[in-house]
Amino acid sequence: MKTVIIKYNAGNVQSVMYALDRIGASYLYTDNEEEIRSADKVIFPGVGEASTAMNYLRKVGLDKVIPSLKQPVFGTCIGMQLMCRFSEENNTECMGIFDVDVKRFPAVPGMKVPHMGWNNIMDYKTVLAGDLPDNAYVYFVHSYAAPVCEYTVASCEYVLPFSAMLQKDNFYAAQFHCEISGNAGQKIMENFLNI
Amino acid sequence: MLTKRIIPCLDVKDGRTVKGINFINLRDAGDAVELGAMYAEHGADELVYLDITATIDGRSTFIELVRRVAHTINIPFTVGGGISSISDVSALLHAGADKVSINSAAVRNPDLINELSLEFGSQCIVVAIDTRYTLTENGHEHLVHTHGGRKPTEIRTIPWAKEVEERGAGEILLTSMDTDGTKNGFALELTATVSGHANIPVIASGGAGNMDHFYDVFTTGKADAGLAASIFHFREIDIPDLKKYLNERNLPVRMTK
Repeated sequence: MKTVIIKYNAGNVQSVMYALDRIGASYLYTDNEEEIRSADKVIFPGVGEASTAMNYLRKVGLDKVIPSLKQPVFGTCIGMQLMCRFSEENNTECMGIFDVDVKRFPAVPGMKVPHMGWNNIMDYKTVLAGDLPDNAYVYFVHSYAAPVCEYTVASCEYVLPFSAMLQKDNFYAAQFHCEISGNAGQKIMENFLNI
Repeated sequence: MLTKRIIPCLDVKDGRTVKGINFINLRDAGDAVELGAMYAEHGADELVYLDITATIDGRSTFIELVRRVAHTINIPFTVGGGISSISDVSALLHAGADKVSINSAAVRNPDLINELSLEFGSQCIVVAIDTRYTLTENGHEHLVHTHGGRKPTEIRTIPWAKEVEERGAGEILLTSMDTDGTKNGFALELTATVSGHANIPVIASGGAGNMDHFYDVFTTGKADAGLAASIFHFREIDIPDLKKYLNERNLPVRMTK
């Protein structure tokens, strides 16, 4: 099986690679369109800021490649947000795979932003959550989130309910960092690789 | 519900864990990677590795250690100690650290916080604040200290906490030098004040001696996370017991197993 991690400018993805190493999965880290199109599985990770990442994807043409992929694609954290329609983070038009807008957490006294730490996810409707205990804890670090919508396949609550995972056709996404979410995160990555 | 985090801190010298009593007398508590993996297995929510080696050789040993830790554990970890430039941070993140903690360098050059958060994102920039209640000409004040808490500055702790947030820090690691090493409990009032002023998470550090101290720092102290070293290294508190204790007292904690 050929797994590709998409290479772009959204921060450090070293921990994603290490997580795949722990599972024993091999991978290619590349921005080459041919390599991405010929992969069995595509991982679209990322940390960072939406507009900078999106500008880069446009510059290298990945903004057209990613939505046209037919194999399972898994976006995490900023990767997931870039798969949505729009992000309030510097008013960024994103790739629109999921027709939902990413919004900043509203300011509420006592509720700090970023939402940082371990929170439980619920209401799973995805194969990626197979064998996961109810209300599994996973690790989040984000200031923007997609509201619950028709593509939500796992939700979480911080200030408001929001989408922890999205899914549509061959596109899967998680707002949290599977790669550092303990055994729960590892299970989700394994489930993706086993689709 | 977002949970309160329990964070063991591992002071590392030459790849091994050490913990200073008031940062001076060092005792060896074992291999840094093995210890970290054990904590992850026991339900630690995050780890902090502080490099207390000052030499160039030590620095490269530490980066190698960071790589081994990142390969081994599946929870987030922060690294700190002597970080003073974008290239230091880049090397550590590239080795697999999830966050970096800066301390003296941020005090010397506060613009560094802005530069790092712009370059790498606020989410991975932790500013460590070592603070001590100090007699000044205005009476007693909480003042920021540098160099492992040995060197006082004229910077007042609470405005500094607000400033680091405004400059782009994603988290504050607040160590009270008054309580550190005492095992008499965290600095609750100070932690609550800093946490109330900053709209970013605050990790409380210094003074944990028993499980009640953690309960207090999460309730009265309004901390988002509690950090300790020796009480974990010497098994005075086991993390599963601590989690169970807090859970029974209706604090949100991540229960594993």
